[in-house]
Amino acid sequence: MSALTLSPSELSPLRRILGGALRSREIAVAVVLVLVVLATTVKNDQFLFGANGWRDLLLTPSILLLLAVGETAVIITRNVDLSVGSVVGLTAYLTGRIFIANPGMPVFLVFIIGLAFGGALGLINGLLVSFGKVPALVITLGTLYIYRGVFLTWAGANRVNASDMPDGFLKLGTEQVLTIPVLTIIAVVMLALVGYYLYTARGGRELYAIGSDPAAADLYGLRVTRRVLAAFVLSGAMAGLAGVATAARYGTVSSDAGLNLELQAVGAAVIGGVAIFGGSGTVWGAAIGAFLLVTINRALPVLGVQDFWQQFVVGVLIIGSIVLDRVLTLRRDRKIIEAREVA
Amino acid sequence: MAGPGAGDAVLELRDVAKSFGAVAALRSGSLTVERGSIHALVGENGAGKSTLVKIVAGVHRRDAGVFRFRGADVDFGSTAESKAAGIAVIYQEPTLFPDLSVTENIFMGRQILGRGRRIDRAAMYAEARRIFDRLGVRLDPRRPARGLSIADQQIIEIAKAISLDASLLIMDEPTAALSGVEVERLFAVARSLRDEGRGIVFISHRFDEVFDLCDTVTVMRDGEYISTDRIAATNVDEIVARMVGREVAELFPKTPAQRGDVVLEVEGLSSAGVFHDVSFSVRAGEIVGLAGLVGAGRSEIARAIFGVDGYDSGTVRLMGRPVPRRNVRAAIRAGMAFVPEDRRKQGLVTESSVARNIASVVRGGLAKAGFLTAAAENRAARPWAGRLEVKTAALDMAATTMSGGNQQKVVIAKWLATDPKLLIIDEPTRGIDVGTKAEVHRLLSDLAGQGVAILLISSELPEVLGMADRVLVVCEGEITADIERAEATPEKVMHAATRSARPVDIVPTESEEVHA
Repeated sequence: MSALTLSPSELSPLRRILGGALRSREIAVAVVLVLVVLATTVKNDQFLFGANGWRDLLLTPSILLLLAVGETAVIITRNVDLSVGSVVGLTAYLTGRIFIANPGMPVFLVFIIGLAFGGALGLINGLLVSFGKVPALVITLGTLYIYRGVFLTWAGANRVNASDMPDGFLKLGTEQVLTIPVLTIIAVVMLALVGYYLYTARGGRELYAIGSDPAAADLYGLRVTRRVLAAFVLSGAMAGLAGVATAARYGTVSSDAGLNLELQAVGAAVIGGVAIFGGSGTVWGAAIGAFLLVTINRALPVLGVQDFWQQFVVGVLIIGSIVLDRVLTLRRDRKIIEAREVA
Repeated sequence: MAGPGAGDAVLELRDVAKSFGAVAALRSGSLTVERGSIHALVGENGAGKSTLVKIVAGVHRRDAGVFRFRGADVDFGSTAESKAAGIAVIYQEPTLFPDLSVTENIFMGRQILGRGRRIDRAAMYAEARRIFDRLGVRLDPRRPARGLSIADQQIIEIAKAISLDASLLIMDEPTAALSGVEVERLFAVARSLRDEGRGIVFISHRFDEVFDLCDTVTVMRDGEYISTDRIAATNVDEIVARMVGREVAELFPKTPAQRGDVVLEVEGLSSAGVFHDVSFSVRAGEIVGLAGLVGAGRSEIARAIFGVDGYDSGTVRLMGRPVPRRNVRAAIRAGMAFVPEDRRKQGLVTESSVARNIASVVRGGLAKAGFLTAAAENRAARPWAGRLEVKTAALDMAATTMSGGNQQKVVIAKWLATDPKLLIIDEPTRGIDVGTKAEVHRLLSDLAGQGVAILLISSELPEVLGMADRVLVVCEGEITADIERAEATPEKVMHAATRSARPVDIVPTESEEVHA
């Protein structure tokens, strides 16, 4: 029997870990991030060492980080959630209205309400996608406009100002614990929870399986509908949380709150190595992608790059990541076919 | 039916039926698999084997009949249920998650959990390694499933079945893509599973394998049970005769062809991993049938000729002139027409009107000053629809509302409007009722009579034998036989399609270890 062995592809643990690290997308993106921060700091040391340099470096990406975490869970299942920007706007406005109606509301409770409200909006997306049998791209493009429309109708000409919200809540937007901003801590805790779930829970692994091959997931008897629904609820809940965070961070909520954030969330995930066709990628990568996206946007003006070129660089980053993935995939596939032909 | 030890039966199906819409895929399927035996299930393409398997697997629900598993009546509504009961199915095409590790593929949905409901990866790797050791394979449990050879993918499927501790294992053509060594290894595993008292169903078209491995054989034909025999008490010719079993009926109004000049000439066509060194020609007025098993590469060859897919080497000539590769427009301009296998997906814009569908390929010639009017489309479409007797109230009707037979006629009409020299037609009568089938056949025969060269691909052997002037048999991407109409018998074609005429080479090749 042992004469009929097939593929001695076992590697030693050290080589495996090393090889994995070298090929890891997360580490590659992190290196780029560090380089960007270093280069910008060399040009202008205020970027990192200024009064608010360190704080802003960590604080600014926190909202996008939350969105990227939820978006990743959805993209892994071979879907996409384009409504998150509108959910952020709607939840941010809801937060303001809660404080206007009830100034004494505990801050903790407001975060929970935001989470639940966003989750409910996500549930609507999930139900439409799962039972409408329509691609998520179309459904969430629709709810992007619907949620934004609800927001605009509800808000009318009003906007929520800093004076409408309690100081304790607004302070949370910039407060730091051991030099680390509270919003960033919240985002990172969410990142850790979701990352842990995706890696170590059956439900998390099934999300990957569904995105990797939906037909096979059916034959395996996985509960596809329920998992996809859960992913959309998670994405909505993260966006809801991000909405509350937006209100705390910026103090005002106007009609353009959260505008276009959905595209940044998808961009962050793609840059972080989350395959747009599902099945692979991690929230860690997406989180670093979010950090890179936000940091580059802040760094380029410091480096004296013009407006147009700033957008250009972001575009090149996204296309570059996708093209890189595609080229690597094609090369690997061709190698496998060639190896078979030889046999 | 065979059944002295009916109490030992792990699986018992009796008179199971299943229809999809108007098409009866399975009329009366019966199968009894005993504990500790390997049971072969054989039949032509479309005999209902796969439907039977899918009912057992819980993919489809039967319409009628008895379904007993381990002595109890069951009715599976999902694959999860059948799996939980202890049934493992290895499909023709392995169903794995390419992005996930081999181990995750084995345990997906029932991962080993450690403390706090966490997945215990270490335990899973250890278990996977234990199973691989048992199977005598050396696969890295951590490597992703992407890029595994079909043989290795099947090993993963078997590992899945073992980890499930399945009491019934169904293998649907597991050897179709395997080499000699790999087949031997698979058989060794199957025998050891049998010796543990599990029941195994083995579906294959290779009779040498069936007779080498199995204890019992059940034959199906046209969705019905035909016979069950001990392997020792039967032989290949008997089984083949039962599989084919019917006369080539009047369903095929074929008139003898006046063969003209060579229209299509294919030389040395190869595409890595799909087909290689395919050479043949089709003459004007001739119907050439491409026979072979599903997955043998017939459709792929047709698609390459028409320019839908590319190929690595070789030439295609039409009327003596070379046709550029991967260029459908050039192929149409040169005079080719292609009626694809899946008419809903590839041949029709089902939401559009009949007229628009028929006129779709000649649109360039109809447009006036760049504009295309419904009137012009209707004018172009009417004679064709009339000639094909498409039964729709009006040409404005959406194609999606028509029956399969009429849809097929619309697709054919669409291409006839281009006045082709060569018509490639893939599975022209799949899912079509008998009456319309004969009409489609008459149409093909008429076209050939008018000097159109026709390349007919069909999985239905009677159709190929009844319609073709010459039969080319494709097996695993190669043309293994070229048989004239007068000499074409079902037995000859089946032998060439399964290569059972010559022994499967069981020469161990060292170069099997080819993983990137």
